[in-house]
Amino acid sequence: MKKTLRTALLCVATAAPAVVVPAAGAAAATPDTVIAIRDATILTITNGKIEHGTVLIRGSKIAAVGPNATVAVPAGAQVIDAAGKFVLPGIIDTHSHTGVDGSVNEISLPNTGMVRIGDVLTNEDVSAYRQLAGGTTTALVLHGSANPIGGQSQIVKWKWGHPVSEWPVAGAPRTIKFALGENPKSSNFRPPPGTPLQYPQTRMGVEEVIRKSFTDARDYMARWDEYEGRRKRGETPIPPRRDLLMETMADILRGNIDVHSHCYRSDEIMMLINLANELGFKVREFQHVLEGYKVAKEIAAHGAGGGTFIDWWGYKLEAYDAIPYNVALMDRAGVLTSVNSDSDELARHLNQDAAKAMKYGGLSEDEALRLCTINPAKQLRLDHRIGSIDVGKDADLAIWTGHPLSTYSRVDTTFVEGEIVFDRQRDLQLRKDLAKEKADRLKKEADDEAKKKKDAKKPEEKKDE
Amino acid sequence: MSRRTVALTCAFFAGSLFGQSVVMNNPGRKPAFAIRNATIYPVTSAPIANGTIVFDKGLITAVGANVTIPPGATIIDGTGLSVYPGLIDAGAQVGLTEISSVPGSVDTAELGDINPNARAEVALNPHSNVIPVTRVNGVTNAVVEPEGGVISGSSALVQLAGWTPAEMTIKAPLAMHIHFPRLRTGGGFDDQPQDEEAEKEAKKNYTKSIDKLRDAFRDAQAYSKAAAARRSDTTVKRFDRDLVLEALLPVVDGRVPVVMHANLERDIRAALKFADEFKLKVILADAEDVVRVIPDLKSRSIPVILGPILSLPTHEDDPYDLLFTNAKALYDAGVPFAIQSADAHNARNLPYHAAACAAFGLPKDAALKAITINPAQIFGVADRVGSLEVGKLANVIVTDGDPLEIVTHVKRLFIGGEDIPLDSYHTLLYEKFSKRP
Repeated sequence: MKKTLRTALLCVATAAPAVVVPAAGAAAATPDTVIAIRDATILTITNGKIEHGTVLIRGSKIAAVGPNATVAVPAGAQVIDAAGKFVLPGIIDTHSHTGVDGSVNEISLPNTGMVRIGDVLTNEDVSAYRQLAGGTTTALVLHGSANPIGGQSQIVKWKWGHPVSEWPVAGAPRTIKFALGENPKSSNFRPPPGTPLQYPQTRMGVEEVIRKSFTDARDYMARWDEYEGRRKRGETPIPPRRDLLMETMADILRGNIDVHSHCYRSDEIMMLINLANELGFKVREFQHVLEGYKVAKEIAAHGAGGGTFIDWWGYKLEAYDAIPYNVALMDRAGVLTSVNSDSDELARHLNQDAAKAMKYGGLSEDEALRLCTINPAKQLRLDHRIGSIDVGKDADLAIWTGHPLSTYSRVDTTFVEGEIVFDRQRDLQLRKDLAKEKADRLKKEADDEAKKKKDAKKPEEKKDE
Repeated sequence: MSRRTVALTCAFFAGSLFGQSVVMNNPGRKPAFAIRNATIYPVTSAPIANGTIVFDKGLITAVGANVTIPPGATIIDGTGLSVYPGLIDAGAQVGLTEISSVPGSVDTAELGDINPNARAEVALNPHSNVIPVTRVNGVTNAVVEPEGGVISGSSALVQLAGWTPAEMTIKAPLAMHIHFPRLRTGGGFDDQPQDEEAEKEAKKNYTKSIDKLRDAFRDAQAYSKAAAARRSDTTVKRFDRDLVLEALLPVVDGRVPVVMHANLERDIRAALKFADEFKLKVILADAEDVVRVIPDLKSRSIPVILGPILSLPTHEDDPYDLLFTNAKALYDAGVPFAIQSADAHNARNLPYHAAACAAFGLPKDAALKAITINPAQIFGVADRVGSLEVGKLANVIVTDGDPLEIVTHVKRLFIGGEDIPLDSYHTLLYEKFSKRP
């Protein structure tokens, strides 16, 4: 009984912020919905800072942005007075495991490139909501790093309260997770006694898995080319057997899937760059890339980006040379650099990681802000839609109480595609509602229990008489 | 047993292990410094514009607007800069661990549940690369604590500079750390057991842990009585020494406080009940659910160590800002509190844990106090550290702004009056690879 009640309460709790919302945020913004955020400091990212500015949102898009005087607010628009506040584009996190239903590692083979995160997304992970409360709106959701090729990733927006089918960003590039170093060689976890070790166990083996996978894929593509050629010549060949993993690897070689590779040490970064150059594919983004600063010019020359957490270090041997200056050194060497989280917690304040790039290595305020906005948008090839406050882009943004690079600032309101998906005042009200509902239900349960006891007692008392 | 043995035993009981061993940081060798024209934030009193602070032989000798600088002092011009006391991390593993995944470099948790005789200062590595990294944002002191089992061991308040563990140690044992047993079944929603079998098993293990803890304290009480009897009466039969129980004596005698690490409401309540039973002097730590027990803390005058603040709430239905708002609730209720990083490699982020509380309603000066004077008072070392006051250790930082802001830089840092360079393993690598052709 009690368990059921608690479960019911949880459902209320987690669903509440999405379901019980005021009219303005109850559903996706209709094309006619117009919201004007007035008199804020707007950090456009691509066009500098606008003091006393207005952002006009129409439907899911940014319709106008500029100084107050230049932006006409149409009659009937919902006006948000943001005097003294700051507007920043929604933060983009290129390394997330939020919203994955179950384990992130399909560890059974060294290469599980055929499996897809997009198949196992859940919209019940409260972490998505908590990230909206930190101004984060978009994420690349990846597999874990337990094998050299872990599976295909998914770019999502945290459309809290919407069916999970609406979370993936339509038309976003396909992506896949590679992993190098200690994790895919199982350095920090051992299978239970009696079970065999998983291949690979060395960085040599990691390279071999990736090399063999692409070599096999070339053969696979050749088999299909032969087949198609014979068909074109009017023969009736038996088609090769379709292989979902080989299809995936072939799609990487064809440039249809972007590689995002977990890595730490500079030598393994060089290994993948060399392998990519040799086998004919590109690395889109080195993930974590804690020693990226040691080979920054090589990463830049390959055209890869780098996404990293700025100050995590020392948690394993390959993270011992991780320095918070990594971001500044990579950025200055011409690497397209971002700060990302790999953590439900850190994803709530990536703005602070950006600020740390000013402290460690002396990036400018503009350079720092780009690390969590337009740079990750470019890494995901979505900079035509997100990452800055420009007319025509998705209305993904947050209103901050102060400058987002200040530790004293927090988020008041977050929009995804024009819809208010987080609002602090609404959140505070929902807590009160939830507490009342919980109290009411517990009281009812206690009352029912007392009544049941009383009813049960009565006949007994009569018997005694 | 001879008279001599008795005397030695008594000396031992009164000595450094169970007394408050206080090790000075060789104050005699520290030259005089004066920082002038700076805005000085003593923390325990109002900020001083255009102020001067002087320290000599490791101690602060003058703070104020009109201060005479002694001849021979090295003068630092603080124009446009701010001076604060060094920040104190109220709970950390700095110096006890180097690389988390390499067991040979980790000395944070001893095997077994009952290890009151594990002492943090014994395993402190003064030359750990983590220490200079911790200093970069102004952290000069840490409560370095073990974290294994139930009674994890005793902590030490350390200066984050020194050539030997003894030079670093200001006070040890500082507190006994108990990670109060938790009723956990794993996997179940809201820590509820998944089934009756799991519930039974969890309760059994929980009861066993509590019994073990209670036995340790009862044994220590008995040991204390026996030792006292033997001290006053030599005819009392000799008994073999027990170092585990001896380590608990200052705790059962109320001379050394217990830091009760408990997070959820029922664990906190159980921990408080246990403390009542043995009349322990308690500091509550971690304490995610602290707002639910505020009256219980007030009635017992129990201070709290919050943190890590930049952390996720345990339950799915907890408010997203639960850990950011606890500090404000304690502040409003008048419960003293400090903030910890509960970290090693990123103890340097201590000021940003405090700032997160300020972003959610805690006054900024209260946030600063939570990482300076408050931990000093809570651990009974406010005569040595925690503020810029005459007579205290010269743990001083010079900044270009508010140390709770990430974008602020610490320009100079002094520990025990010693001018500590702000380089580290990280700056070394930065410089090396900045120059890569």
